[in-house]
Amino acid sequence: MSLDYLIAVLITVVGASTPILFAGLGELVAEKSGVLNLGVEGMMLIGAIAAFATVDQLGNPWLAVVAAAAAGAAVSMIFAVLTLSLSANQVATGLALTIFGTGLSTLIGNNFTGRAIKTFEPLFPAALASNPIGRVVFGYSPLVYFSFIMVALVAWFLRGTRAGLILRAVGENDLSAHSIGYSVTGVRYAAVAFGGAMAGIGGATFPLVLTPLWAEGLTGGRGWIAIALVVFAGWRPVWLLAGAYFFGLLSTFELYAKASGASWTSILPSEAWAALPYLATVVVLAVISASKQAGGNAPACLGKPFIPSA
Amino acid sequence: MKLKLEKRPEPSRLMLYASPVGAVIVTMIVGAIIFSIIGYDGLGAVYQVFIAPVATSYKWSDVAIKASPLILIGVGLAVGNRAAIWNIGAEGQYVVGALAGAGIGLLTQNATGPWILPLMILAGIIGGAIWGAIPAWLRTSFNVNETLSSLMLTYVAIHLMNYLVTGPWKDPTGFSFPQTPLVTADQTLPIIIPGTQIHLGVAITLVIAVVMWLLMTRSVFGFQIRVVGSAPQAARHGGFSHKQTVWLAFLLSGGMAGLAGIFEVCGPFSQISLGFPQNYGFTAIIVAFLGRLNPLGVILAGIVLAITYVGGDMAQSALQLPNASKGIFQAMMLFFLLASDILVRYRLRLVRRAPAAVSATVPERSAA
Repeated sequence: MSLDYLIAVLITVVGASTPILFAGLGELVAEKSGVLNLGVEGMMLIGAIAAFATVDQLGNPWLAVVAAAAAGAAVSMIFAVLTLSLSANQVATGLALTIFGTGLSTLIGNNFTGRAIKTFEPLFPAALASNPIGRVVFGYSPLVYFSFIMVALVAWFLRGTRAGLILRAVGENDLSAHSIGYSVTGVRYAAVAFGGAMAGIGGATFPLVLTPLWAEGLTGGRGWIAIALVVFAGWRPVWLLAGAYFFGLLSTFELYAKASGASWTSILPSEAWAALPYLATVVVLAVISASKQAGGNAPACLGKPFIPSA
Repeated sequence: MKLKLEKRPEPSRLMLYASPVGAVIVTMIVGAIIFSIIGYDGLGAVYQVFIAPVATSYKWSDVAIKASPLILIGVGLAVGNRAAIWNIGAEGQYVVGALAGAGIGLLTQNATGPWILPLMILAGIIGGAIWGAIPAWLRTSFNVNETLSSLMLTYVAIHLMNYLVTGPWKDPTGFSFPQTPLVTADQTLPIIIPGTQIHLGVAITLVIAVVMWLLMTRSVFGFQIRVVGSAPQAARHGGFSHKQTVWLAFLLSGGMAGLAGIFEVCGPFSQISLGFPQNYGFTAIIVAFLGRLNPLGVILAGIVLAITYVGGDMAQSALQLPNASKGIFQAMMLFFLLASDILVRYRLRLVRRAPAAVSATVPERSAA
């Protein structure tokens, strides 16, 4: 394998990993506050269509990222009102959000079928990315660098700030947090909104980084993988980064299986490679969940409605 | 004046049964508004999706055929959900059940006899149950979250189906279309109402729903399921094992989904093609909730959701609405139902605003 080929593979892997990294980070923060939102896939699709429509109409990919974050946060509020203010079941509400987002993005996207959008200009001068090493360091979409920044920010927020401490307290023991005067519901609203915004940006990665065309349901279940990643990472942002790249790598095998029939990927049919990330997720979940240590990291109040006693 | 929520002494039965009806009505109103905002004919969309299938008598058999898998899967899921066990991979169990049955169909292409159809149906049930057994095993042995594993396995099932349909099981006489051979006469479910497409599977579905209703309301099994879901502590003291309940819920819902899958192969579809997965497994989750996790309610909810399936097709041809937009209506029904749940346990009361009383207090809530 030539160097160029390896670099091309690396760039594909980075592209495939970025959306699940964004969405997983958002879900991680929501879960840290004690909320299990299974609507990630739906919020990603809403973000994707918001980004696509924004670029198509206004031509600005930066604005598209903002629109995707806003749209993701907006639909996440449906979930927040139902589960946090009306104590609806979180599993059922999250599922409904995914079905809703899938339908709404398809309906809006129907107007954009077959249209291509332009995306980000290279962030760095072309001269920097002219040699192989330069391409590996400087050759990505701005969203890729942004995803790394967000990993660092979320890790710092959760570990090193007072607000992060409060968020974790709310997720670990909502009644105690409430009794010392923190607004459990308020913190959770904010965490769900952040999760929605990040899922929206993750969805925006599909049209803005991967393929500049609209396709129905283009996230293809990545939102669910993002949720599984949070368990895989034991609710730790840096592990989430590692996990996202592991699953990104697995999901690119299918592309190579389809693109080059004669390569090593031909030992299995392309459908088997396509199924691999999902199968691997199940296996990894089994290994992780079986070890007590990882399970012990789950926020104690995850998925439970908050019942103030006073 | 202010609206205040007041806890009811006990859950309102009226609200429990009225709220699904309310959810459907509110969905129609809000749906019309949303579709109008996006730039479609909102009233027309609601008419096509909810009213036209009922108003057009020759669509009724279509509704019955589509209600059958929704009810079958929905009844199975309702049992698990009662026990707070979340199988969201029924779509995969439906596909694997169909594949297992169709596999028997391929082996018996040249055979004749009344034993073939029951054998295919049995294979369908077993296939679905096996696919459902995997999340149950992972949950009981490794404590893997069943929501995620059952869903992941759905994607695996669909890729498996794509592989078989485009590869080894492709009909050699099918002009290279990705589809399995058509089922033979002995592999086809008989039509029970002449002149329609309503097949024996529809009748079996109704019988199963009624039997499940009896089981859930009149047997120790049903009691166990309800206790494990609503009072896990009491269930442990009462000697009901959670592991056993997980297995029961998944084998039952997986088997029912598999049965629904093979009914489709031996009935309306007559084969498996790439378009075989119809999201019945996901929509059935909505059916189970809208039917209040009660098998008889699931029958009604299944009919309502089947109407949106038929109506979605009608809206597509009448208004060029993309077919997936019916999902918006389906999801909204679940949203509004979940939102209205609070009215089961609380009542709304109009109170005069007391001078100092109300800051942004959250009303007291109880567990969902």
